[in-house]
Amino acid sequence: MNDYAIDDSVDITDVVCPVTFVKAKVAIDEMEDGQILSIRMNDGEPAQNVPRSIKDEGHRILRLKDNEDGTYSLIVQKRGD
Amino acid sequence: MGTDYASLKKGGFMRQKQRDNFSARLKVVGGNLTSEQLLAISSVAKKYGDGHVHLTSRQGVEIPFIKLGDIEAVKRELGEGGVSIGVCGPRVRTVTACQGADICPSGCIETHSLAEEISNRYFGRELPHKFKFGVTGCTNNCLKAEENDLGIKGGMTVELSPEDCIACGVCVKACGEGAISMADGGIKLDESKCNYCGRCVKACPNDACRGEPGYIVSFGGSFGNRIAKGETLTPPIRDRQTLFKIADAALDFFAAHASPGERLRPAIERAGWGVFKSSVEAALHE
Ligand code: SF4
Ligand code: SF4
Ligand code: SF4
Repeated sequence: MNDYAIDDSVDITDVVCPVTFVKAKVAIDEMEDGQILSIRMNDGEPAQNVPRSIKDEGHRILRLKDNEDGTYSLIVQKRGD
Repeated sequence: MGTDYASLKKGGFMRQKQRDNFSARLKVVGGNLTSEQLLAISSVAKKYGDGHVHLTSRQGVEIPFIKLGDIEAVKRELGEGGVSIGVCGPRVRTVTACQGADICPSGCIETHSLAEEISNRYFGRELPHKFKFGVTGCTNNCLKAEENDLGIKGGMTVELSPEDCIACGVCVKACGEGAISMADGGIKLDESKCNYCGRCVKACPNDACRGEPGYIVSFGGSFGNRIAKGETLTPPIRDRQTLFKIADAALDFFAAHASPGERLRPAIERAGWGVFKSSVEAALHE
């Protein structure tokens, strides 16, 4: 599978819903259009739901990577409106 | 003066423990009230009740401590505020609904317009016993569809479009049932595990998980003295027209087979689930 050139990353494993989404959103908002963000999140609820929330914000999901340590990294490309 | 309690009750005024006091049950469809309706309810509760209202477990509103002599005035003043009186007794009751696809991001079907349509069609219909409809927007089941005589739950029938798949893996994780897997050849759906929740459809970034919304219908739920979960007897129903055909069939069956005071479930059990299922299926294939 292709890897992506990550411009920035954010860790949301230290917060719980609904702050998970807010923290990820703030990180994306600070980026430029077209840049790629890696969001590290816990398995379970965040890995199931955060991708969809980011998609609903209009950004482009590239991949959800299993880090095999109980966390996942969501690779997202920022898309402005 | 002889008081006709049965007609008072039909009209939604329930006799209280306190003599000559009645609790007015209001008609609420799908749990929604406008701010104007709330003002009318508030003013009547203050003027004719004791200043409080009770929210029932089925999204209803009741105004207790209405005096017998005020019933006509209460009906009139509520009516002016766009509020009608509900029903009790052996008939189709308040139709309940969650917020559904209009408001909730998880919703697979529009619940409010459906609850309105059901209510317009059946509300108050006389039957051997009470009959409850409930509509919930997705398999999260916030409105607990299966506790109703006829429950409707939104769902999605999923179809994968492998040529659009970017193999991101989001759907595999989003699916709580383990129905989607990713092998070398791409994504695969095990339909036998799918519960129609639609999460993969909502999460897929590239429109490769496609969902067709539908109604998952359950029959014969009851959560009163007897507790039983409604049973689903057909695959998800695609359109409202078909949905109403099977709802008509269920109500006709109930009217024809139930003894007075008997709920849908025991009536089905006496006739046999097979017999009930055939009449639902007949309606489906009409
Ligand atoms: S049942 Fe589904 S659509 Fe309805 S409120 Fe719950 S999550 Fe939302
Ligand atoms: S609809 Fe739900 S259960 Fe079915 S495959 Fe999609 S996520 Fe899994
Ligand atoms: S979410 Fe969509 S694009 Fe991603 S793996 Fe599943 S089907 Fe493919």
